[in-house]
Amino acid sequence: MTAGPLLRFAAVSRRFTSPGGWFSPARSMTAVRSVSFDIAKGDVVGVVGESGCGKSTLARLALRLITPTAGSVAFQGSDLGSLSPRALRALRGKMGMVFQDPYASLDPRYTVTDVLAEPFRVQGDSVTHARIDDLLDQVGLPRAMAESYPHHLSGGQRQRVGIARALATEPDFVVLDEPTASLDVSIQAQIVTLLAELRARRGLTYLFISHDLGLVRYFCDRIVVMYLGAVVEDLPDTAITPRHPYTAALMASSFAPDPALRRAIAPLKGEIPSPFNLPKGCAFAARCPSVSEQCRFEVPPLVAAQDGHALACFHPLGT
Amino acid sequence: MNALATPIIRSLRQPKGAIAGGWLIGLVLLAVFVPLLSPYAYDVQNLPNAFAPPSGAHWFGTDEFGRDLLTRILYGARTSLSVSAIAIGLSVTVGMCLGAAAGYLGGWFDRIVTSIVDLSWSFPEILVALILVAIIGPGVTGTLVAIGVAYLAQFTRLTRAQIMAIKSETYVEASRSLGASNVFILGRHLIPNALAPVLVSAMLATGDAIILEATLGFFGLGAQPPTPSWGSMMSSGTAQLFKAPWIILFPGLAVAITVIAINLFGDALIKSLDIRSRMRAA
Amino acid sequence: MTLLSVENMSVSIGSISPLNAISFALERGEILALVGESGSGKSLTALALTGLLHLIGGRVTQGAIRFDGVDLTTLPEARLRPYRGKRIAFITQNPMTALDPVQQIGPQIDIVSRLHLGLDARAARARSIETLTQLRIPDAAAICQSYPHQLSGGMKQRIVIAMALVGEPDLIVADEPTTALDVTVQAQIVHLLDNLVRDRGLGLILITHDMGVVAQIATSVAVLYAGRMAEAQEVNSLFRTPAHPYTTALIDCIPRATMQPGELTGIPGTVPGVADYPPGCRYHPRCPRAQDICRSDIPALRVIAGGVVACHFAMGAT
Repeated sequence: MTAGPLLRFAAVSRRFTSPGGWFSPARSMTAVRSVSFDIAKGDVVGVVGESGCGKSTLARLALRLITPTAGSVAFQGSDLGSLSPRALRALRGKMGMVFQDPYASLDPRYTVTDVLAEPFRVQGDSVTHARIDDLLDQVGLPRAMAESYPHHLSGGQRQRVGIARALATEPDFVVLDEPTASLDVSIQAQIVTLLAELRARRGLTYLFISHDLGLVRYFCDRIVVMYLGAVVEDLPDTAITPRHPYTAALMASSFAPDPALRRAIAPLKGEIPSPFNLPKGCAFAARCPSVSEQCRFEVPPLVAAQDGHALACFHPLGT
Repeated sequence: MNALATPIIRSLRQPKGAIAGGWLIGLVLLAVFVPLLSPYAYDVQNLPNAFAPPSGAHWFGTDEFGRDLLTRILYGARTSLSVSAIAIGLSVTVGMCLGAAAGYLGGWFDRIVTSIVDLSWSFPEILVALILVAIIGPGVTGTLVAIGVAYLAQFTRLTRAQIMAIKSETYVEASRSLGASNVFILGRHLIPNALAPVLVSAMLATGDAIILEATLGFFGLGAQPPTPSWGSMMSSGTAQLFKAPWIILFPGLAVAITVIAINLFGDALIKSLDIRSRMRAA
Repeated sequence: MTLLSVENMSVSIGSISPLNAISFALERGEILALVGESGSGKSLTALALTGLLHLIGGRVTQGAIRFDGVDLTTLPEARLRPYRGKRIAFITQNPMTALDPVQQIGPQIDIVSRLHLGLDARAARARSIETLTQLRIPDAAAICQSYPHQLSGGMKQRIVIAMALVGEPDLIVADEPTTALDVTVQAQIVHLLDNLVRDRGLGLILITHDMGVVAQIATSVAVLYAGRMAEAQEVNSLFRTPAHPYTTALIDCIPRATMQPGELTGIPGTVPGVADYPPGCRYHPRCPRAQDICRSDIPALRVIAGGVVACHFAMGAT
């Protein structure tokens, strides 16, 4: 268990089925379609995509909060699906998760101390005041806040509590599900800086979920781009120029904070199709500027080049 | 403890809550200490003094056996309040367990519980209670069980709705991501957060239960003589409605004012807990 | 004549005054971006401009909102109505709640031209379809027959923009019009707004927290902090030489591809609530340049090369 990846997605898929009612037929959608990639220890892997791309489902699959309908997820070499409930619970101490909405992710009846003690109580341990104080120090909150309730805290402070909770049991791996999406940009920068510090200090591995390509390019070592449940491009280095038309469109859609870099906007046409009835071929075909007949009938496979740069496109840019 | 005491104190600070709470606390204290306060016994007949109108000696007058009406109303409060409160207490306990299990587990268990609850929901409480008393037989135990079962559907439904809503909160998912078991999540997150609306609705249901208890008593199905209950006292007063109207009037007022007080205090609690929107799930 | 000029405007809600001495101006064919963190007073400014302050119990207590030369703050409600919705249109943040869910799209757009242009039902519908077509919405007649829940988020925001355009407004106030949308759809809407302003010579007040969008389409920028103006400048000079330390900090909050790890710093602390506005410059508790004078004296808004700034130690100003 030395050289293997910390986390491995092996052809993971997840279907959701809504049961039919008296007058409506059952419908099913595939939120995540056969996703495979490894996360090496110490890496920060960013997963980007728009709504319906399956990035949040992937985050939950990583921690087995959702069970895959096909494929498997392995953490430190052990398949999460094959573990006994007891073993899985013990393993959860090595994994953490930070949620998008810091208002909803804290129980309104819990004080900050209660929130931070929960990871220990769940594992059947007790916790000292010194440990709570230490956790508050690590995320830059005053110790006096220990007895506050969530409604006394600002959004940024709540998210710091959420981060402290995820780090309480000293995990190796933390899933960050859009941890700054509902915060002001000024607070977002604080939180991102805190996450970077914690990573450097404790050698953490992050899976960072976001819709903001600019943020991901700043914060992550590697970028995985998803569209409608599948990985379309995997950039092992943020400096690599993307070659998938969707990644290129995502980049063109986020504007640099510099009027000197103003450019003609050529927005993608159309919107993301419903995941309930996916097209037959490439899911991006209907919006793609370089679409061909082949794209409409065949699903392009994800092919990796020598340098690890993988993409799923018949007509990549720059060829 | 603090979470329970604070809203009650805040309710008592509102004018409506203060009046209603004052009446309820006063009534309970009087009912508890009535043997020390009243010179009369509730069950000793004094026929020569029957049908005495309200006076300095008998503030509320006497009944057809010459017993002091005020004393009997206060002893009756013991029966009415304790039977209603205990019945609702049982009902809430069982209803919360059923509702929480149905809401959390879902699946076939939920479908069975929901079907039974919906079925009994379509009958009025009084009908359910009458059928049960007919089966069990009249008396305090019968009334208790009948009222308890009659309100079971309400608490099961409310708890289930609350648990279903809270179950999908992110903090529950967060707890699961830490490795929390179902029992932990139910006990530490779901039930504590569902408790406030259920307890307030129990409070309001106690008011309805006092009326139901009085109704059963009125039909002679409740506490049996000579144990006084507000319903049976009113029932015996109907015969003397014109001759001695106070016999039916004062127990009737006791029921009415107590039920109004409970509702007012319940309203004040809803306001101080800020759960008006969540009460509608009932 | 200047299309809109807000002069020294203050707003009160009950006994609190969340907005003080706001001033900016806008010409036709220009986009003025209002930026600042949550709690800076951006949305409140939008309500003041659209004459909707009374809905939240507020009123303008000082200063003027001069629209085409007319001070809107002095007009009685009845004379204000022709401005609201017709000459000044408002686009709200969330297109999901801006449309009535139980009414078809068509009548919801028609009502604007029936109210403000006095058109009959048939003419109003023709105008609605024409407006939708101008926004390059395919199959406009069919869209009019559909209900909001049948449309995507981006399409709903386009409908809301169409509703704003039907009355032929001179000024559009858009409060975070793209925040609720996906990134690629956001780019479409930004593109659309940019073209509308250029083609029709409208004025647009764009409230946003996205400095990237500001840099892409704004003509000028007003930065608000805790209910006061921090600075206002033409867009190029604002990004090149921000005068107020708050503006500098806001720009540095945006992650850029060229940034090295650790360069993103954020702004320490949070915007104070209305009840906790500090004395002196309201930004001083978070400001790296704060001196004693900042803690006691409110900095006046003074003219600099590219615009105005309210800071005792403004960059590039002496």
